[in-house]
Amino acid sequence: MNVSSTFRVARLIAAKDLRVEWRSRVVTNQVLPFAVLVMVLFAFALDSDAVLERVAPGLVWLATIFSVLFLVARTYAVETADGALDALRSAGVDPMGIFLGKTAALAAQLLVLEALLVSAAVILYRADPTPSGTVLLVTTALVATVGLASVGTLYGGLAAGVKGRETLLPLLLLPVVAPVLIGATRATESAFRTNGIAVSEGWPWLGLLAVFAAIFSVVGAVAFGSLIDE
Amino acid sequence: MSSDGSSTPSAAIEFVDVVALIGSFPALAGVTMRIERGEIVLLRGPNGAGKTTLLRLCAGLLPVERGTARVLELDLTIDRDSVRRRVGLIGHTNGSYPDLTVTENVRFWGRTIGATDDEVASAMARMKIDGRLADVPVSRLSAGQRRRTALASLIARRAQLWLLDEPHAGLDAEGRDELDAVLRAAAAAGATIVVASHELERAGSLATRQIEVVAGQTREVGGGS
Repeated sequence: MNVSSTFRVARLIAAKDLRVEWRSRVVTNQVLPFAVLVMVLFAFALDSDAVLERVAPGLVWLATIFSVLFLVARTYAVETADGALDALRSAGVDPMGIFLGKTAALAAQLLVLEALLVSAAVILYRADPTPSGTVLLVTTALVATVGLASVGTLYGGLAAGVKGRETLLPLLLLPVVAPVLIGATRATESAFRTNGIAVSEGWPWLGLLAVFAAIFSVVGAVAFGSLIDE
Repeated sequence: MSSDGSSTPSAAIEFVDVVALIGSFPALAGVTMRIERGEIVLLRGPNGAGKTTLLRLCAGLLPVERGTARVLELDLTIDRDSVRRRVGLIGHTNGSYPDLTVTENVRFWGRTIGATDDEVASAMARMKIDGRLADVPVSRLSAGQRRRTALASLIARRAQLWLLDEPHAGLDAEGRDELDAVLRAAAAAGATIVVASHELERAGSLATRQIEVVAGQTREVGGGS
């Protein structure tokens, strides 16, 4: 394995994915509005400030995870529209580089999405993080994003060549990301001081998120080649 | 001189009694063939005969189950990754990104092996997509122009062996003529081209030699028409 070549490929793939998104505007014109719409609909459905304040952290991460499904599907739709994923494979492009590049591009898009959703929670659900809560929230978002982007890239690659991938991807992905939903929600509750929970109580949940991110980053980087090879 | 020290010029493809399986089915059942560098070879034969499998085997996408197989002097049984990096396979799709421009697509594929901007520009010029088409998104191109973009991408990533599966499919008469011209020019410039096609008249006139694939085996048919 040539590390510099792997990172060169990763940079190339990430830049290409972000450029494709910049051109097509699918994320900005469709996925981000969808995520905000989910938050607004939750507000309509629950229709109680007290309840909304209490469930805001969970709703932020639920909306994030629903949106991840669209982002992952989109990133592989780009690859399969004209056989580019097959071409990458048949050209012998380093699969670890492909995985890292696609993960990085997905993570960048997820961070924008999460910033938007937290803003929506502040406006719609009256979430009010303190400065120390904001530090916890940003750290939570960064670590959870690495985990979500890694597992999304891995499972998206698995589903990419399969018939019925649109319905298969949620079935594969949603159960696997449950630890992220739990850990990120608990940490965000602390950041928002939901039900008077102290900010310090949120930091231990980052351990769960970090372990998840580490496992799926390593497994994805190692297994992605065989996954897309057949 | 070949890698084994003999005076025979090295072949682009040299197979002896090669067997390849798809699942447990022997899709190729003892293929023996030799294709020299710079040739344009037509693989012909009925549906399911093994033409596409043979191309995929040459591209390093399938394992060799038995026999001796060398592609561009590399042993296909032990060094498939190296073969993949030197071979270009274009099937029914072009491997392009429709939202990106022609230049961005060719540059992307060139950069996968570290090609310079000059190499990318040269590849586009050879495929005649360097003028007004350069900044057009691939989604707005005709089928022939997309195929030329895919071929420019092969050149940019320095593919020495081009494996083309039904390259004329979906092209109009003008597109087919354009494709034939660029393939002849590529072969003249040193590329080895293997074409699998049902369109014997069109692809036969392009080829310098024809090989028939029947029931997973090959036999020499003769020169191109």
